[in-house]
Amino acid sequence: MRRWHQLSEVAIEALIRLCGFSATIFVLGIFVFVCREAWPLWHNDAFHLSEFLFSIQWYPTSAVSKHYGVLAMIAGTFSVTLLAMTMAVPLGLGAAIYLGEFCPSRPREILKVLVEMLAAIPSVVWGFAGLTITSRLIVRYTSADVGVNLLNGALLLALMSLPIIVSLAEDALRAVPDEYREAALALGATRWQLTWRVLLPAARHGLVAAVLLGFGRAIGETMAVLMATGHAIHLPTSVFDPVRTLTANIAAELGEAPAKSTHYQVLFLTGVLLFLVTFAVNLTAGLIIRRERRP
Amino acid sequence: MSRFAATPQTRTKLRQESAAAGLFLAMLLCLLLPLFAMIADLLWQAAPALNWQFLISSPTHGMRQGGVWPALVGTLYLVTLSLAVAAPMGVLAAVYLTEYARDTWYNRAINMAVLNLAGVPSIVHALFGLGAFVYAAQFGFSILSASLTLAIMTMPVIIASSRQALLSVPHSFREACWNLGASRWQTIRAIVLPNAVGGILTGIILQVSRAAGETAPIMFTGAVFYKAIAPGTLLPYSLDEQCMALSMHLYTLSTQTPGVDPSIPNATAVVLLALVFLVNAAAIVLRTLIRARGRR
Amino acid sequence: MEQVAIPRRKCFVLLVLVGLTACGHRNGPRAQTLRVRGSDTMLILAQAWAEAYGQMNRRVAVEVSGGGSGQGIAALLEGAIDIANCSRNLKPEEADAAQANTGKVPQEVIVGYDALAVFVHRDNPLEEISIAQLAEIYRVGGRLSRWSDLGVRIPAGRNRIVVVNRQSSSGTYEFFREHVLANRDFALGSLDMNGSKEVVDLIASTPGAIGYSGMAFATPVVKMLRVRRKSGDPAFAPTLANVLAHHYPISRSLLIYTLAEPRAMVGEYIHWLQSPTGQQIVADSGYVPVCSGKDLAPPCGAGTN
Repeated sequence: MRRWHQLSEVAIEALIRLCGFSATIFVLGIFVFVCREAWPLWHNDAFHLSEFLFSIQWYPTSAVSKHYGVLAMIAGTFSVTLLAMTMAVPLGLGAAIYLGEFCPSRPREILKVLVEMLAAIPSVVWGFAGLTITSRLIVRYTSADVGVNLLNGALLLALMSLPIIVSLAEDALRAVPDEYREAALALGATRWQLTWRVLLPAARHGLVAAVLLGFGRAIGETMAVLMATGHAIHLPTSVFDPVRTLTANIAAELGEAPAKSTHYQVLFLTGVLLFLVTFAVNLTAGLIIRRERRP
Repeated sequence: MSRFAATPQTRTKLRQESAAAGLFLAMLLCLLLPLFAMIADLLWQAAPALNWQFLISSPTHGMRQGGVWPALVGTLYLVTLSLAVAAPMGVLAAVYLTEYARDTWYNRAINMAVLNLAGVPSIVHALFGLGAFVYAAQFGFSILSASLTLAIMTMPVIIASSRQALLSVPHSFREACWNLGASRWQTIRAIVLPNAVGGILTGIILQVSRAAGETAPIMFTGAVFYKAIAPGTLLPYSLDEQCMALSMHLYTLSTQTPGVDPSIPNATAVVLLALVFLVNAAAIVLRTLIRARGRR
Repeated sequence: MEQVAIPRRKCFVLLVLVGLTACGHRNGPRAQTLRVRGSDTMLILAQAWAEAYGQMNRRVAVEVSGGGSGQGIAALLEGAIDIANCSRNLKPEEADAAQANTGKVPQEVIVGYDALAVFVHRDNPLEEISIAQLAEIYRVGGRLSRWSDLGVRIPAGRNRIVVVNRQSSSGTYEFFREHVLANRDFALGSLDMNGSKEVVDLIASTPGAIGYSGMAFATPVVKMLRVRRKSGDPAFAPTLANVLAHHYPISRSLLIYTLAEPRAMVGEYIHWLQSPTGQQIVADSGYVPVCSGKDLAPPCGAGTN
């Protein structure tokens, strides 16, 4: 009996180690695989990295001459994300401050549940709302020529990244030690002064990390921007211009590129670019949080 | 004037305080009001089409009438299969990373890599699924490819949340077990896992709602616009076929099918939202129960 | 021990579910699957065919996807699907790639005709347009960018022509580029929509927009323009009669491609598509059947493209 216990113990430990290794291999394998599919581009004469990063000419199926420049898409991604962040960051921080400091505790639980529900909405539903509801509102109430544009996409992305910012910022504010609060209150500070002068500076690492993670979520969003930003290749000059993002570009063209063609490889290279950007953002956020823990 | 009446400075401070509270409350409402407005509009537009028949019938007349049954079943297939792969592997991998792996630099790097991979865009998962499962592994466009892609997408988050749940079990529990002579696996099985199971299950359930809602990873690997299934079958698909899915159905109804009465895509959105909210509500209830039990 | 019952029970339930799934395909006579992918223009037609065929023949389940003619051809070249719907012709290099990948040559069947209609907003006063004007609006370096250049005034004061296009995988896109732009490139900055219906929907809600899509996607809230081939020619509307009589300048064949020596059931399906029943579905979906008139007997070679 004891022998069987020992054997089953060894077997289970082996299984756990196997799962541990293979799970991490699968998960890291995404990056390796995506890079590998894009690798042949180094040896491809038709492809130039400088054109890829700095040209807006995107003609992968041209009958005249093919070009693979994604600058317009990079501009699209960053403009939509930055506009979304200018809307989401103040609102998110304000909402987090309200939930953390000013809100009575019973409504707080309910409101936090509502914020979590907001986070659960699938992006295709947001895209559908952007296509049918907000684009019509934009055309009717502003001077925009077309409703599916940069502003529409930014609105949706702001609503999508707000829950992350709110919940992480609230956690960061709550993690500030109680001694800080007690000291400030003992000196006669109001809750507003406590928040502005003590809590925000003390929690700044966590707040920056929250904003970065919301940023990462917005950059990586696919379906909502595919349906709601108008999908036009040009450098945006106003918030009412339609744009195309890197993610929407891949989603729209992936199925048609014949496997292993230059077009296919360029799309994988775009995937590598996206991967690196989101990885860098998440890594920075993680490092900022860790730096805070080691004072 | 009484000694304790408010001075002008105090009155200013109190005014500032109420103004600040009002401002932040307004910001919170800016967040929640669009949510309510959108859901209200969806429900309003979907009302003519929402009934029990909608859930259990197939689309007919060029998708302009009928219901979402094949899509609903397809989503359930995809979610169940992907979680059947991702949950056991993810939890065991988290057990490995927390309990067995030593604190070396490469293990810490692996931890960080897994955490960061949770934030990868869903389209990159679609790229991987198409290249690896559909073409390289020769599974073709099928439920198998789509489920495996979803599994790879949800696994990093399951690993991360399971790790957090395992780490929240106090170390003293483990030490007590070791002092009694238990081996590592016996400790894990008897003490650590049961105490962490609430957090682990919550993490898994939250990924269910994410897998149900994602479109890009399944669009290129196994979800189709339309597939006729015999009415009323509970298990209409097999692993090597493609299937319809709710999220894909919503996307195609809103972008590809002409002449559809707006109530049908809105109703599809409502069904998808209801599914996702129900699952999330289950996770929240579970989490509250675990916390309440823990406090006792 | 009851403490470990929870994870074990969960695993057991999951195993049962997976087992049921695997058993699912031994439940009764399993329908064979037929994979169809490709043109968004033909998507509603393909779905209508699949629906009708599924009711008629329970042993075959047809799976239909869109994504554009380019996607269908790409999947066919890999041998991943049975039938590719295309609203454009196969290019020679694609045929070569199919031969290289699978060893089989793609075969083409014409299953209907379609007119590429030009849509504008319902309140747009414009009624007619010429191929040359369309080219100036859409191509790189085109000189028409405002509605006043075309001589019309849009209500609500918006003068800029909002150009609505299709995504590059679309056969409609390729056909338009070949026949209207003479293979020159499209100008960047157009709104590239991902489906034929999205084009029409966007135009319906955007007063200054112009776009092209299959005529089957027309809805009462948009207007179709009459198109003239050259200045001086009469302008024709995209109707069944005009397509069959070759008056409408931008009409095209609806094609399906399959690799040589397909399975028997694929051949049966293709034969059914060309039968009177299949062609009636073409007509009901808003396209032009291969043969029209009272006698829909196939194929009577009603013109080439």
